[in-house]
Amino acid sequence: MGSQPLTTDKLYSGYRNPDIIRAYSHKIHQAAQDLDRPVNIMEVCGGHTFSIVKYGLDQLVPDSIRFIHGPGCPVCVLPQHRIDASIALASMEDTILVTLGDMIKIPGSRTSLQHARAEGRDVRFVYTPLDAIKIATENPHKKVIYFAIGFETTTPMTALLIEQSRQLKVNNLFFHINHVLVPPAIELILQQGGHIDAFIGPGHVTTITGTGIYEPFALQHHKPVVISGFEPIDVLDAVLKILLQLCDNKAIVENCYSRSAKPEGNLKAQALVSKYFETREDFIWRGIGTIENSAMKLRDEYVEIDAEQQFSRYCPRATQEKTSGCLCGQILMGHAQPKDCALFGKGCTPSSPQGSCMVSNEGACAAYYRYRRY
Amino acid sequence: MADRILLAHGSGGLENQCLIRDIFVAGFENHILSTMDDAAVVNIGTLAVSTDSYTVDPLFFSGGDIGKLAVAGTTNDVSMRGARPLYLTVAFIIEEGFEIDLLKKIVASMASELQTIGVQVITGDTKVVPKGAVDKIIINTTGIGELVCDCAVSHIQTGDQLIVSGPIAEHGACIFAAREEISVHGLRSDCRSLWPGIESLLNKKLHIHAMRDATRGGLSAVLNEWAEQSHHLIHIVENQVPISTPVSGFCEMLGIDPFTLACEGTFVLSVAEQDCQSTLEVLHQAGYPHAALIGTVMEKHAHPHVILQSDYGTERLMEYPSGEILPRIC
Amino acid sequence: MCLAVPSKIVSIDHEFCTATVDTMGVSREANLALVENNVEVGDWVLVHIGIAMSKIDAEEALRTLELHEELLLSSDIQENDPDGKSTSDDG
Ligand code: SF4
Repeated sequence: MGSQPLTTDKLYSGYRNPDIIRAYSHKIHQAAQDLDRPVNIMEVCGGHTFSIVKYGLDQLVPDSIRFIHGPGCPVCVLPQHRIDASIALASMEDTILVTLGDMIKIPGSRTSLQHARAEGRDVRFVYTPLDAIKIATENPHKKVIYFAIGFETTTPMTALLIEQSRQLKVNNLFFHINHVLVPPAIELILQQGGHIDAFIGPGHVTTITGTGIYEPFALQHHKPVVISGFEPIDVLDAVLKILLQLCDNKAIVENCYSRSAKPEGNLKAQALVSKYFETREDFIWRGIGTIENSAMKLRDEYVEIDAEQQFSRYCPRATQEKTSGCLCGQILMGHAQPKDCALFGKGCTPSSPQGSCMVSNEGACAAYYRYRRY
Repeated sequence: MADRILLAHGSGGLENQCLIRDIFVAGFENHILSTMDDAAVVNIGTLAVSTDSYTVDPLFFSGGDIGKLAVAGTTNDVSMRGARPLYLTVAFIIEEGFEIDLLKKIVASMASELQTIGVQVITGDTKVVPKGAVDKIIINTTGIGELVCDCAVSHIQTGDQLIVSGPIAEHGACIFAAREEISVHGLRSDCRSLWPGIESLLNKKLHIHAMRDATRGGLSAVLNEWAEQSHHLIHIVENQVPISTPVSGFCEMLGIDPFTLACEGTFVLSVAEQDCQSTLEVLHQAGYPHAALIGTVMEKHAHPHVILQSDYGTERLMEYPSGEILPRIC
Repeated sequence: MCLAVPSKIVSIDHEFCTATVDTMGVSREANLALVENNVEVGDWVLVHIGIAMSKIDAEEALRTLELHEELLLSSDIQENDPDGKSTSDDG
């Protein structure tokens, strides 16, 4: 490594340097002028949606560039019946439901975990899934159910929890798996409409999976995919690289997040994931519908810890979603923006969300509500 | 005396008397309280009164404890109205089984905080409830003060400068970290009584239009409430808001917003432009070395809100705090 | 999706495969099972929900920062004020 070592300051402030941000903004304006046509860029990842809206990055690019906020929030895309399942499981006798904080407000068809907890159900929100082991060992006479959510980034963390709980012979810990996959969703979006010109690839998913999962989008669909981190400069850098590719009529997978994401990904994490999980035939995405092979489930060998199998009579079946005017589906597919929805900020707010895009921090509607209401 | 609080301590009998005499009257010693009459009689001018109840987990934290909080929190609200806090009423609701030693520690901490601001406890009450009915202890305090300077939201005007007295989010981050068992070097609650600083400000007769201490909901709650109640737009420059390194690291790590985290000894002032500089100077002298100008009160607006401007010129809303604060994965 | 924060390894407990990591002065424990073989004290890791998900490649981080700085030098930032929003400073 060169003479100057990496410091905290560089890792954080370095990627937020206002002068560099302005310089990128300037370059992007120039490149957009050269290109001279409107460009729709989808950020698949809710983390990017959050960064764009929070840092106001859309204010730094010309009007011809539109950010389309994709289905990249793992709790926003969970269908109501699976949220209902979490509540039903929490309501079983002698049961503790453990999950991550993001789940707290998500409304199912009737209620949310936060309400279930207020009604006396034992629902615990943990910072790390590994805490589930501690909860299970401290409550040997209770069933502890870990309600697992997240994209490819988070799946290995659930796998690690399973691995460790088996090593420690914890036998009262069960898993309800709701891990979803990015590529099938992108594929569906590409099949459904030609309105997206390029993708910003999710840096943390890629850190686990490697860059290969995006090749088909570049090769077959001729869409540039630029993998990016979450700091303002990361995202602007990705936008600039996308414009340059479009100017050159190129469509390749580029990696702007090389400090963390490697071409091969995290092999250890991948191995752990395939040890415990396999793809589901299909999974319903809230607001979008069924997407084939778009989620993970526990392998058959682990049926004894699979909450969906063990407590299947408690888990409600897929039902018709109640939508009542909510445009989430169209927003997740990139056909609408939050402000197009008549309910936005009126009938639908983060404290009483009507649709999934309003509930999680990363949902497009919630991000707009927090930072762009006026 | 037993080493734990029993239901009997709240039943009005002998144990109750002992508790009041040995712990409360002894701890809060003053001639009004020691009369032990049914009601305290005091005589002051225009009153400013504020009440609040305190529950905090953990009870003792870096920089303070529930007792200090119960004194500072309520007297701060009185100070913020431009009044000199003079008296406090205190009511304890205690869970059966609570350790008496802890109660003594809490009372001692209250007493020492009362002393620094010269406030007397003039009446009080104790209830003991069965185990599980409350989480350890709840303290309610009512502060009574005498109006010195009429500061109120309704006085906020276009062009006012907004000053914050010190680094924000210290209390919220400290409590959150303690509860989640996250060890953080240098995180310390800002819990303190504000009257001494406020007094030096009021003595200078500066044109302070409004003051509010940022408690739950943090800086964001104060500014959003001010925008809403005064119908003005508020403009804040993000990088002017003082935030300590451990707090920003903590927020970074958990993905939470420092603007919505609680403070307990930090306040916001809306000051006439011509007095902005002098206000800052007084604050810097009076124990608030990091007091900073953070923004401006803009024109009136039909949908008043708080705009946060980044170092690179973009703007967003300073969001209104809502819901439980939880670390997020996303 | 997936908030993950760069943190520096302060110490490693090999028995439990965990590390104390420092995020801007905030220290906490992180599990190292997914990055075990290739990290040591002083390295940077990306921590997602309490678990290190990758080692941060310091060389790459510095290299990209350099590229960003070069871009800054090559652009004529002075006359650049894209949205006409000059950064008005209240101070
Ligand atoms: S504003 Fe609410 S109802 Fe409308 S699309 Fe968004 S989440 Fe759905």
